[in-house]
Amino acid sequence: MNDITYTSSELLTINAARLLRDGDVVFVGVGLPNLACNLARRTHAPNLVMIYEAGVIGAQPARLPLSIGDPTLVSGALSVCSMYDIFAFYLQRGNVDVGFLGGAQIDRYGNINATVIGDYAHPKVRLPGSGGSMEIAAWANRCYILTPHQKRRFPEKVHFRTSAGFLGGRSEREAAKLRGAGPLAVVTDLGVMEPDENGELILTALHPGASVDQARENTGWDLKVASNLKTTKPLTVEELTILRNELDPDRIYLKGGE
Amino acid sequence: MAKKTKPIERRNMTKLQSLSEAIRQLLKDGDTVYAAGFTHLIPFAAGHEIIRQGKKELTLARATPDLIYDQMVAAGCAKKVIFSYMGNPGVGSLRYVRGEIEAGRLEWEEYSHFSMISRLQAGATGLPFMPMNPTAAGDLEKANPNYRKVIDPYTGGEVVVVPPLKPDVAIIHVQRADANGNAQIWGIIGEQKEAAFAADRVILTSEEIVDEEIIRSDPNRTIIPGFIVDAVCHVPYCAHPSYTQGYYDRDNSFYLAWDEISKTPEAVKAYLDEWVFGVADRAEYWEKLGKEVHQRLKVSSRPSAVIDYGYY
Repeated sequence: MNDITYTSSELLTINAARLLRDGDVVFVGVGLPNLACNLARRTHAPNLVMIYEAGVIGAQPARLPLSIGDPTLVSGALSVCSMYDIFAFYLQRGNVDVGFLGGAQIDRYGNINATVIGDYAHPKVRLPGSGGSMEIAAWANRCYILTPHQKRRFPEKVHFRTSAGFLGGRSEREAAKLRGAGPLAVVTDLGVMEPDENGELILTALHPGASVDQARENTGWDLKVASNLKTTKPLTVEELTILRNELDPDRIYLKGGE
Repeated sequence: MAKKTKPIERRNMTKLQSLSEAIRQLLKDGDTVYAAGFTHLIPFAAGHEIIRQGKKELTLARATPDLIYDQMVAAGCAKKVIFSYMGNPGVGSLRYVRGEIEAGRLEWEEYSHFSMISRLQAGATGLPFMPMNPTAAGDLEKANPNYRKVIDPYTGGEVVVVPPLKPDVAIIHVQRADANGNAQIWGIIGEQKEAAFAADRVILTSEEIVDEEIIRSDPNRTIIPGFIVDAVCHVPYCAHPSYTQGYYDRDNSFYLAWDEISKTPEAVKAYLDEWVFGVADRAEYWEKLGKEVHQRLKVSSRPSAVIDYGYY
């Protein structure tokens, strides 16, 4: 694998795909999560069911979807329902195993800010906002976050809590009685962070070639390192070939991090 | 504001009229407007007509404001937006709305997708509010006083509630409708039904106007009944640069192009001058787009298997 080069987007996507289990019902976003799901479907999880917040269930996109409501998601899908139904019958009812989340800021306890930098009423930077993420973070059984590992993305505390991680710690989330288990992994271009017994994100794995120092330098809190720190498995030729040749041949999403 | 009963004489007569007449008669300055469609079937032609008619002080509600509201805000039609995801879908930032909010020139009211759609659901079903399970995120609920909490009388737990959204006008684009406004949609059905039932007045635009018999051949596909519709407008290609499932594809390259155009007010003005004020209607706009675009957005046929309702 040493002689194979890859982008950080490819690294994130492949490691995300490996977190998915066969039979998972996944609430998918466009971009890398979509690629990760399609890769998992073509490798170890052929029975994965992809659900999109536009109301599509069991999509089998024949081309790379470029928006969350791309018509290719509909043609050949198992079912299409209203937005109310997708959030109520599927997500709130507890029929979604996995949700993918992203945001401008992710804090020590996996809380996410996708709303605003600065004061809410007088925003310095106005971000797109929640979309479906407030509910996905609360109600999907497991959540995964994909993001580049940069200090500005990992502050000690988010400016605005758009969606819940472990709030101020695992016991707070437990007290809130949310049905979902919260963010179970943050996959970055350096490694993987997972919540410890207090719900604090700690470094549990490094990608080949990345170092603990790099991860700590690029995290806004005093990042703890798991005692059994692992190294993620190198990307395989098969995984990269499927991604590059079948899923995103024009490298619309995969070029990130080149 | 209660939904008005339609005058009896309007119930069984044709509601066909031009889009420009419909907007002129049914949409007033200061109205709350919901131009529906989640990525799919966004009624851009109606947005452009509203801009051409110089409507003002509108409150523009949509889960995703999308380019249609970016353009209407840029044209000065809006005083406020209500939304749950303010991005250029698949591209990034929705520059004009974002810039106006950051500059303090545009009011906004914000939800998550589920709470936005729950507001429409309450409006559409005549309920005083809709309950949702708590998400514990908290900050949006603090920022927007329309979020409230009530005690579930059965378990004693807390539920989050939002009030009904009842737009003055809903604008809904569909694949086919009859002259009375019985309308069928396939593909992503987003929030069109909820918006139509929640609104006081409904303007329907349709790719095709068909005989009532066609509608009656497949009643399960009728999302909106004609008796809640006020105007039916035959507007082929109404949704461009959004799409109509089975009719034409999404013009993703325009969504990318708008990201550039919306960087400067000059480019936005030039766009509006050429593509909104510079054309009389959607037919002229579509013609102006030209053969290359028409060709690029063509879709090949993938019909569903025929189903049989049976004679009874």
